[in-house]
Amino acid sequence: MACLLEAPLRISVLSEVTATSRHYVDRLFHPDPQKVLQGVIDMKNAVIGNNKQKANLIVLGAVPRLLYLLQQGLSSSELKTEVLGSELRTEVLGSELRTEGVVVLGSELRTECVVLLGSELRTEGAVVLRTECVVVLGSLAMGTENNIKSLVDCHIIPALLQGLVCPDLIFIEACLRCLRTVFISPVTPVQLLYTDPTVIPHLMSLLSRSPRTQDYITQIFSHCCKTPEHQTVLFNHGAIQNIAPMLISLSYKVRMQALKCFSVLAYENTQVSMTLVNVLVDGDLLSQVFVRMLQRDLPIEMQLTAAKCLTYMCRAGAIRTDDRCIVLKTLPCLVRMCSKERLLEERVEGAETLAYLMEPDVELQRIASVTDHLVAMLADYFKYPSSVSAITDIKRLDHDLKHAHELRQAAFKLYASLGSNDEDIRKKITETENMMDRIVSGLSESSIKVRLAAVRCLHSLSRSVQQLRTSFHDHAVWKPLMKLLQNAPDEVLVMASSTLCNLLLEFSPSKEPILESGVVELLCSLTQSDSPALRVNGIWALMNMAFQADQKVKGEIVRALGTEQLFRLLSDPDTNVLMKTLGLLRNLLSTRPHIDQIMSSHGKQIMQAVTLILEGEHSIEVKEQTLCILANIADGNTAKELIMTNDDILQKIKYYMGHSNAKLQLAATFCISNLIWNEEGSEADAMTGCQERQDKLRELGFVDILHKLTQALDPNLCERAKTAMQHYLA
Amino acid sequence: MDAMAELGAGSLLLGDPAFNYQEAELNERLKRLYPAVNEDETPLPRSWSPKDKYSYIGLSQNNLRVHYKGHGKNHKDAASVRATHPIPAACGIYYFEVKIVSKGLDFLSSLLPLSPIPGWDKHSYGYHGDDGHSFCSSGTGQPYGPTFTTGDVIGCCVNLINNTCFYTKNGISLGVAFTDLPPNLYPTVGLQTPGEIVDANFGQQPFVFDIEDYMSEWRAKIHGMIARFPIGERLGEWQAVLQNMVSTYLVHHGYCATATAFARATETLIQEDQTSIKNRQRIQKLVLAGRVGEAIEATQQLYPGLLEHNPNLLFMLKCRQFVEMVNGTDSEVRCFSVRSPKSQDSYPGSPSLSPRHGATNPNLHSAGADSPTCSNGVTPPNKNKSHNKYPGVSSASSSSSSSPSSVNYSESNSTDSTKSQPHSGTSNQEETSDSEMEIEAEHYTNGVAENPSARIMNGTYKHQEILQAQDISLEDSCASRQLCGGNQAATERMIQFGRELQGLNEQLCREYGKNVTHKKMLQDAFSLLAYSDPWNCPVGQQLDPMQRENICSALNSAILESQNLPKQPPLMLALGQATECVQLMARVRSGSCSFARVDNFLH
Repeated sequence: MACLLEAPLRISVLSEVTATSRHYVDRLFHPDPQKVLQGVIDMKNAVIGNNKQKANLIVLGAVPRLLYLLQQGLSSSELKTEVLGSELRTEVLGSELRTEGVVVLGSELRTECVVLLGSELRTEGAVVLRTECVVVLGSLAMGTENNIKSLVDCHIIPALLQGLVCPDLIFIEACLRCLRTVFISPVTPVQLLYTDPTVIPHLMSLLSRSPRTQDYITQIFSHCCKTPEHQTVLFNHGAIQNIAPMLISLSYKVRMQALKCFSVLAYENTQVSMTLVNVLVDGDLLSQVFVRMLQRDLPIEMQLTAAKCLTYMCRAGAIRTDDRCIVLKTLPCLVRMCSKERLLEERVEGAETLAYLMEPDVELQRIASVTDHLVAMLADYFKYPSSVSAITDIKRLDHDLKHAHELRQAAFKLYASLGSNDEDIRKKITETENMMDRIVSGLSESSIKVRLAAVRCLHSLSRSVQQLRTSFHDHAVWKPLMKLLQNAPDEVLVMASSTLCNLLLEFSPSKEPILESGVVELLCSLTQSDSPALRVNGIWALMNMAFQADQKVKGEIVRALGTEQLFRLLSDPDTNVLMKTLGLLRNLLSTRPHIDQIMSSHGKQIMQAVTLILEGEHSIEVKEQTLCILANIADGNTAKELIMTNDDILQKIKYYMGHSNAKLQLAATFCISNLIWNEEGSEADAMTGCQERQDKLRELGFVDILHKLTQALDPNLCERAKTAMQHYLA
Repeated sequence: MDAMAELGAGSLLLGDPAFNYQEAELNERLKRLYPAVNEDETPLPRSWSPKDKYSYIGLSQNNLRVHYKGHGKNHKDAASVRATHPIPAACGIYYFEVKIVSKGLDFLSSLLPLSPIPGWDKHSYGYHGDDGHSFCSSGTGQPYGPTFTTGDVIGCCVNLINNTCFYTKNGISLGVAFTDLPPNLYPTVGLQTPGEIVDANFGQQPFVFDIEDYMSEWRAKIHGMIARFPIGERLGEWQAVLQNMVSTYLVHHGYCATATAFARATETLIQEDQTSIKNRQRIQKLVLAGRVGEAIEATQQLYPGLLEHNPNLLFMLKCRQFVEMVNGTDSEVRCFSVRSPKSQDSYPGSPSLSPRHGATNPNLHSAGADSPTCSNGVTPPNKNKSHNKYPGVSSASSSSSSSPSSVNYSESNSTDSTKSQPHSGTSNQEETSDSEMEIEAEHYTNGVAENPSARIMNGTYKHQEILQAQDISLEDSCASRQLCGGNQAATERMIQFGRELQGLNEQLCREYGKNVTHKKMLQDAFSLLAYSDPWNCPVGQQLDPMQRENICSALNSAILESQNLPKQPPLMLALGQATECVQLMARVRSGSCSFARVDNFLH
């Protein structure tokens, strides 16, 4: 067999292969079909709960032979044999029960026995043999991941899928159970379910056959629905209509699997969510069915999964955020999932789902922040592994350690979501015991998931002016943040740089130390990133940095960024980048000496860029920002001349003064107003310059326009025009 | 003074039908929320108390609305009012809500323990609207929840199981506010600002917060705790106790054959000998069939001296006999009727009630068939089916003897296998009666619960036989439901018997002094004669065959007692104890009792 000697592990196993294992495989090749059947049955009894035996048989090539027998049976009725006596069956059952003494996988054994009892009534040899083959294969799949790999390599999936066309229910159930076991393993490529387009519709049609087919098929769907494309395929084949009735099945298992399936289908999927919200199950809306599943005396798994379904439907816009079923049911349920009484896994899932639910809605954030002391409850997420567990119980310590990262990142995510809008909540969070310290240490944790969540949390809190001024400064969060920025994946970088933007706001006391740490180079390099988000953040931070900065900082920014990069950013396809770059320019061109200095060295390029933008197809906001830059330039002493001598620009200003948009009119008028400004008490030569400019502008017809604008409806515009006129007269 | 006026207004409204409707709705909701509360012992809070309030507080709207009418200048002007009653522990979980109708500089304190003098501001627990702080027996608060204002609905939930409390705001739980709460807390509100008005909801309206969902979680918790209660190494002992309970129960009620089979299967001993069991069974059957005269006769014959030593019991029996004579069922009057006397089966539909097998036929199995439960008409159709079903499994299950029913069957199967078909049919019936016994147990508790004196009634009679008896009496004498079966001679005998009974009463009075119960009993019985249709008269209830059960079990208990056997089966004793225990828990303020109701565990 080709798959035999793949891994060194196999070789070592091979050496231990006993003669008995060999014997089981040999019997599958016997000429007498009945002997073969008995061989398969014996093999089944031998492998149940015995991982070593499973590995042995796989190594010895049982799988291809079993698949061959399976397919043979499907194509011919050659192997038809007589009825199996019930005595034989009883004996088999007996021996099987005896194997319980071996390494037992309890549930596996039970399901296998159930199958056995089910198949008791079967009479046709061929079907019996095929079923037994599948049962053995299913048993092999219940072993290790390596077993699954071997099975998948032997093309078990297409063979089993093909078997589903057989009319025999017991056989179909055996195939589905085996497929389920294979597909829920992380080593199986889910794509294998979608390669044959007839598979999904056929599975849908099998859903009505029995509670078992429902259980297995929905499990397969839940595990194989990983992308929006998968969701669409399942949706298009009527998954919702087919699975919805299962939500009121008598079997808890079936209800639970159907619920899980819906949670996977609805996740970030508007189409599915919008359809779900209108589905009726036994006269009740699906959302009501889900709400009933949130009842507190039901198993936690069901409450949690139902809450997920409602959350996803809400996030997709299918349920309003102020709906009672969200505010009074889903949200409190998710908060309960975060409580200390729940298992660590449930607490992680609960917190993550809750964070996702309320992310865009400040009202939900406010409600959650007062529900059951959630903010304080989350502080407990950081106490794993607890000091107690380390001493008393090694097993518990291991369990705690495994979940510690997950718990921390979930808590950070939830804090980030809670604090993303409301100032009071942010205050509450930062006042939670050791919260800032926890974030700071979270920023340098080894787990990238925790780092990312911590920086998200920090970002959320950094939107608070008060926190920036107090706790952020007290805990010097900029230090780990800067460190994080040195070497991190893009995801983290986006969040970290965005946080940095806030830390660089002029009122932030962290601004000074960050500047001194040589952040400019780093930010400039961000502006060269391929990711638009990083480019925006880089330039945004620079913009904030330049705001009311001194000459030295501004000079450093211009030097580090370079005019070439600056102009590249001015033609960036991302409007956000363009806007922030214009913002940076505007901040650089403030206060007269700075304006004159920058314009004297880069005037030509800047004027060029401004012209280009004003001529290009840009939004009102971009043009407004550009006109504001012109207005700043017009405020300079020497820089003014760059406009006055540029008739093209003057024509453009004139055009925008007559634009239909008041904002653009105002910005353009501002510009002209600065040009005709006569500084009181300034030198005579400046006065003359002023006179000249006024004359030239009059010639160009600006006075008439200003006149008209004094009658404008917009009071700001009107006021600005009047002031400008006054300067004219002065 | 104000309180008086408002109290007056409240009582004025009592006649209002709308108010009565509201009251009924409130009662229903409270019953549903707090089923374990015995309101005779511990009434639930239903309104604010006009007596226990500061004078600055005004009450209106059936004492549910509170408004402030003081100066509100400083903290000294704060005033509060508490509910009419403290929260009973049997609530398990108690909840009430307050709606802020009009806000001032608010202050809502919501729980107070009972204190000898109404020094209300000590030992109080509260949640204040102006700062969102919680206050616990002191003037300094702890940050707790959000602030609240006009339009908000504030709820307070007291968990009497773990003695904690949490508040809700507009249906959202704010988390635990206090732990280690003392017992006997009163719902309370306090106000401090002129114009401030709040409305209470003690169950008058549906609550904004889903308290029933919260309760369901605790119910599940407590039930889980009980279900997982460790039995540990005493597992074997446990089983022996259970077997003993079943066995004594069967013996007590005279299910002789079943008891024997059960004892054989479980290898336990029956204390009483079989003849005694059968005798008791026969007497019980006579009483239940309304043939009290024969029952008295049999008792006197089998247990000489018993009735003589129990004159009260004898009197009760005689009274019943009189009633049965009116009914036309007692043999003393039946012998006059067109129908043949004793030898004929009185209820053709239920052979088991006939005494003919009991004494004469030594076959245990047919005696088993006599057992009252077997009269149920549903058994025969099942017979064949179950008979076919068992042999397949019997070989497998015979080795492991954990399941009493199947073992019981295989045992009797093996002994009866050589016998004739009817016998194995009978043993099948035993099979059924076994399972019915469980159902019976359930009815029993109902009886116990309804009747605090713990008198035992066999519910089976109520639900099966008596109904059947009624059906039959309707069927065979719909027109002839007349006094003493409509027979003149019988009526005369009855009158005569009445005189004798009167004489007996007088004799008893002379010997033991006046007995009010006897007098009432006699009066009631004689009253039947005053109506043309005794079955449809104010005292006609006595003729209901169900009334035979009390006297039947009293007689049975007396016989057992005379034999130095327990007069109650341990199973019933255990049930009664469990029920009593739960009630006791309520009295000693253990809140979990509300979710540990005995009937929740009887399926």
